Amino acid sequence: MSVVFEKPKSLADIPFHYCPGCTHGIIHRLVAEAIDELGIEGKCIGVAPVGCAVMAYDYFTCDMIEAAHGRAPAVATGIKRGRPDNIVFTYQGDGDLASIGMAETVHAAARNENITIIFVNNAIYGMTGGQMAPTSLPGQVTQTSPYGRDPKLTGLPVKVAELLSALDAPTYIERVAVNNVKNVKNAKKAILKAFRNQVEGRGFSLIEVVSSCPTNWGMTPDKALEWVEEKMIPYYPLGVYRDKTKEEDAQ
Amino acid sequence: MKTTNLLIAGFGGQGVLFAGKFLAYKGLLEGKQLSWLPSYGPEMRGGTANCSVIISDEPVGSPIVSNPDVLMVMNLPSLDKYEDATVAGGKIFVDSTLIERKVERTDVDAYYIPATRLAKDAGFPTLANMIMVGKLIKETGMVSFDGIRDALSKVVSAKHADLLEINLKAIETGYNYAE
Amino acid sequence: MAKVLMKGNEAIAEAAILAGCRHYFGYPITPQTEIAAYMAKRMPKIGGVFLQAESEISAINMVYGVAGAGLRVMTSSSSPGISLKSEGLSYLAGSDLPALVVNVQRGGPGLGGIQPSQSDYFQATRGGGHGDYHMLVYAPASVQEMADLTVLGFEKADEYRMTSMILADGTMGQMMEPVELPSGETRTFPKPWALTGTECKRPHNIVNSLFLKPEKLEEENFKRYERYAKIEETEAMYESYLMEDAEYCVVAFGIASRVAKNAVNEARANGMRVGMIRPITLWPFPKRAFAEAAKTVKAFLSVELSMGQMIEDIELAIRCARPVSLCNRAGGMIPTPEEVYAKIEAMVKGE
Repeated sequence: MSVVFEKPKSLADIPFHYCPGCTHGIIHRLVAEAIDELGIEGKCIGVAPVGCAVMAYDYFTCDMIEAAHGRAPAVATGIKRGRPDNIVFTYQGDGDLASIGMAETVHAAARNENITIIFVNNAIYGMTGGQMAPTSLPGQVTQTSPYGRDPKLTGLPVKVAELLSALDAPTYIERVAVNNVKNVKNAKKAILKAFRNQVEGRGFSLIEVVSSCPTNWGMTPDKALEWVEEKMIPYYPLGVYRDKTKEEDAQ
Repeated sequence: MKTTNLLIAGFGGQGVLFAGKFLAYKGLLEGKQLSWLPSYGPEMRGGTANCSVIISDEPVGSPIVSNPDVLMVMNLPSLDKYEDATVAGGKIFVDSTLIERKVERTDVDAYYIPATRLAKDAGFPTLANMIMVGKLIKETGMVSFDGIRDALSKVVSAKHADLLEINLKAIETGYNYAE
Repeated sequence: MAKVLMKGNEAIAEAAILAGCRHYFGYPITPQTEIAAYMAKRMPKIGGVFLQAESEISAINMVYGVAGAGLRVMTSSSSPGISLKSEGLSYLAGSDLPALVVNVQRGGPGLGGIQPSQSDYFQATRGGGHGDYHMLVYAPASVQEMADLTVLGFEKADEYRMTSMILADGTMGQMMEPVELPSGETRTFPKPWALTGTECKRPHNIVNSLFLKPEKLEEENFKRYERYAKIEETEAMYESYLMEDAEYCVVAFGIASRVAKNAVNEARANGMRVGMIRPITLWPFPKRAFAEAAKTVKAFLSVELSMGQMIEDIELAIRCARPVSLCNRAGGMIPTPEEVYAKIEAMVKGE
């Protein structure tokens, strides 16, 4: 009997704590598949964030470290500079990466630090119970924007892929989604490339994954995925925002 | 037991810290105990600068010289500020090109060296500080004149070896200057 | 080895390199920037890492990463920068990671000034960040000690898996004195917990300070404090100066002890039986030396460049058995030996 589907080696055989319908599970799996396919499990060191993915250190079977809120790119920078032969990645949410850790994110990108960042954007703070994130959409109702996010008071969402693409240095920036099979497949390709870039020493790669949060959005999982398609993706267009590897390969 | 508490003061850029550093190295090469402490402030150039240098046969206690035995001043504000702090029987060295007034204290020995003019005349206008140092070595004996080249080679970087000779000359000029 | 003339800040940097530290992360702030500048010059030439971080917060988190990877690492800053690093100091403690952090103190609070101070004593000895923890705190009083305690700090950090802090001040950082550089021999300790990559040969290592079960978190804290108890037992360091027949005891560390020593000598010359205890470790505080001194000494005088912080540890160490008075300047001011002498005289007269 041939095996057609199995758990990636890089994912521990323990149940996730994520809510039903949450897409963190899918993204974890894509990361683990990429690590397996590149055969780098034994070299990987992952940096977990503060937020829903805080316990990612239990789920990935590679060496893991838990960073303070927003500091994962700085922690990853330290590890990579100390152990340049290891493969170092961070896994961060929108509050962590785009709010409290914006300085660390921008400067890791500006240094073209040879690390891989998986950025999960679900437009809300999940772990603390559903507060407004820097990526919450205009009008979005959250615990701290109970009347809907008012751009007059709180401005407009931070588009991380676009913002970082304004920098000259970073190597690879792509935004993907995991709301349907086609998008999941694309996301897998992007994440794989982001890790491969690091293996090849090409520099900073960040994959923004547009994700959902049924629990804190107050929706069923399928409604949440519809909301991703109808509201999130139009605001956060998918695609490759920066790819220096193409130019490098052409030379 | 002999201890000299030296305070060198002037404008930033006059080589006040460098002069102190040279004397500290000279002391080190002579096997003395010593400390060198600069003032530090927000301005890089043009503000006031001073440094405390203590050279002693005994371990140095506080590195801060608030009452110098030897005072070397390169501008008027420094003389105004530190003249009264100098201990009785101390020595004050004044760059008389830049400071027109005389030392008012009568219980100290004052030395007037037109160091800035001498430096200009000799063709090394930035080395008034080292001319002052030469005179100071002559009159205080806080370090010996012998072996100044060795000490200079410690503070003048190899990159600027050409500066070593003129520094040497400046110190000699001061050492041999008679009022 | 021949003595060389170095600034305190430079002596720390060179000693760190001699102790095998090849990773430095920092951010410019007066009066410690020479450390960063020195590292920027030296590290690339010896295969080390110097990186100017985007903030003190990032710098300490880079330190956290390298420490997690099991490598000797340091950062340096001055008071306001240490406040920013405090988050990272707490995480280092919570994850039991070794690191060396230098604080070349300046006056505070707030942006304060840039002149020397000792007003971060509480911050350093009580940990600085949130949670139950300590750092080893070393207070050098000479450029020689800036170098020697840096090497020791790295070794003890590794031995006990915790942060060592060099608590200096602007004067110590800026002054030059002859120094005999450390030999370059240094004790190292195995780090089986470090992040090196599993090589698929062992279960994964996790560096972490999150324990959501209170029973487990309590256990972690208890274990850490057992280690702290051992450290308090064995690692306290101090210098005792003219204490054999002393009736009065001056207490000072760092630059304040240099000034105080002048005053103590003067007092002795004038027939007052005064000695000095100079704590070299501020945590652990050399409590036993004080408890012992309190048996014979009539009164203590704490000389500090702060509004009086160490004085509380002296009072605790002697259980308030003797009067402790304070001689202090703040905000970047340093007392003169004459000011200290006047306070000694007042103490002796029982004022």
